Amino acid sequence: MLRFFVRRFAVAVLVALTVLTLAFMLTRLSGDLAISIAGPNATAADVEQIRQVYGLNRPLYVQYLDWLGRALQGDFGESYFFRDRVAKLIAGRMPVTVTLGLVGLSIALVVSLPLGILAAVKEGTWVDRLVGVFAMIGQAMPSFWLGLLLMIVFGLQLAWLPISGVESWDGFILPGVVLAFSAIPSLTRLTRSGMIEALASDYIRTARAKGLTRLSILVKHGFRNAAIPVVSIAAVQLGFMLGGSIVIETVFALHGVGYLAWESISKNDFPVVQAVVLVLALIYIGLTLLADLLNAVLDPRLRTG
Amino acid sequence: MPAGRGARLLRSPGFAVGAAIVGFAAIVALLAPWIVPYDPFAIDLDRRLVPPSFMEGGDPRNFLGTDQLGRDYFSRLIYGTRISMVIGVLTVITSGLIGITLGILGGFYGGKVDDAVVFAITTRLSIPAVLVALAVAALRGSSFMLVVLVLGLLLWDRFAVVARSTTMQIRNLDYVAAAWCAGVSRWWVLTREVLPNIATHLAVVATLEMALAILLEAALSFLGLGVPPPLPSWGLMISEAKEYMFFSPWVIIVPGAALFVLVMGVNLLGDALRDMMGTDLSR
Repeated sequence: MLRFFVRRFAVAVLVALTVLTLAFMLTRLSGDLAISIAGPNATAADVEQIRQVYGLNRPLYVQYLDWLGRALQGDFGESYFFRDRVAKLIAGRMPVTVTLGLVGLSIALVVSLPLGILAAVKEGTWVDRLVGVFAMIGQAMPSFWLGLLLMIVFGLQLAWLPISGVESWDGFILPGVVLAFSAIPSLTRLTRSGMIEALASDYIRTARAKGLTRLSILVKHGFRNAAIPVVSIAAVQLGFMLGGSIVIETVFALHGVGYLAWESISKNDFPVVQAVVLVLALIYIGLTLLADLLNAVLDPRLRTG
Repeated sequence: MPAGRGARLLRSPGFAVGAAIVGFAAIVALLAPWIVPYDPFAIDLDRRLVPPSFMEGGDPRNFLGTDQLGRDYFSRLIYGTRISMVIGVLTVITSGLIGITLGILGGFYGGKVDDAVVFAITTRLSIPAVLVALAVAALRGSSFMLVVLVLGLLLWDRFAVVARSTTMQIRNLDYVAAAWCAGVSRWWVLTREVLPNIATHLAVVATLEMALAILLEAALSFLGLGVPPPLPSWGLMISEAKEYMFFSPWVIIVPGAALFVLVMGVNLLGDALRDMMGTDLSR
């Protein structure tokens, strides 16, 4: 068990270091970063000055090591546009993104767990097929389009909910629903297949033979076993959702980390973009690590290697 | 593929609907220049935001109305099919080449090679794809080919995962061993024994990735960093029209619905293929 944890942790650290390196390389893709920062109207002298100020005239490996050393201490430099520490900017925007992610995941779980269980219990019937169609619709729905449609219907025509911003809690509902849609199909299918497998197993037959009630069998014996993969996938989905929140935050003008990234991308503010990529990647790495450890604790069969 | 499975595939309603949608989209994409009623780039500022012909205030000359610059919406929608289909297919080819090569190598050789492949997959999954695609487009200037390249380089993970696990399952089976005994080369075993036997699994992944690529291209173009204007990408059409959506909702409903139906069609094909094999790869 300990060996598994150590190994898994070492892999996570290695992945994180690789992502750090890739994030550094990402901003050097443009060829000359100084010219990109200076913008189209800059003179040669401006570009030269930017090179001096940001240390872009040093050898690449020096820049890399310097950047890496600072990044490991949580120092992502200063934003060109906001004139503020990048780490502070991101920390200030994080609550909105995390709240959105948690609202989205909660909605997704509330919808997909009962649907998945229902589909499993009624396997092969029209109920099961209907749930399948619902999952399929969710999978094909472009999130930004769904967001705009919900804005038209609930924001304008029914005027129930705000169409942008999060001045009050209900501003999270529409974006949360849209974000949930990206996770509902896979969570529903996973719950369904897990439940079908659990319901077909010997311990369920034993429980039935003991004369337990249907509900008790479903919840205590069936769902408990089906929930193991769902828990870990839910953690991974949360990571994906945070990464995908850039589209939804832009649609609903939620000033979270994704919106910050989008603003920064359009303003060539590379330190911020780089840092957001990194932070989202690190959160994802952390969540998958957590999921794997959780899985190992819940299901000893998985503790290999 | 045994004949019984193929017959079951053809009888499934999901496959029929999916094949009809994707086939229709492919034909429209191929014939776009010959079937458009108007030039999709021709601007007519006197006839802006004309509603579709079947709606109130519509004009029979423009079946789906005109956009905010007076361009024929139906013609733009038809050209948009071309963009989505080409991006979907090219992305699948690029990401498939990368992912399948990595996956087969990892699954076949195991050991250190496999560790490296698993590491590459883990790293790729931790990178937020949309964000990186946007950043690259901003740095290099967005273009059609850049979108294909970026999506191809980002979406290979599922190909690698599935190619790896299926290769592992079959590498020790009798027919592979038999091929070894017959003294054929490693290349022969990989391409003639392994690859054909995991091909149906990979076909399912190809449909999933094609659907994802089409959706991602639309999202990137919607955010202004995908296919550059004036190309009529469906995502870009939605983005350009969204300031008018509260007064004329059809301007975003039309391209969004096209996007939804095409992605649905591709997914239906994939689901039918998966049902045929009786395995669940979607997770």
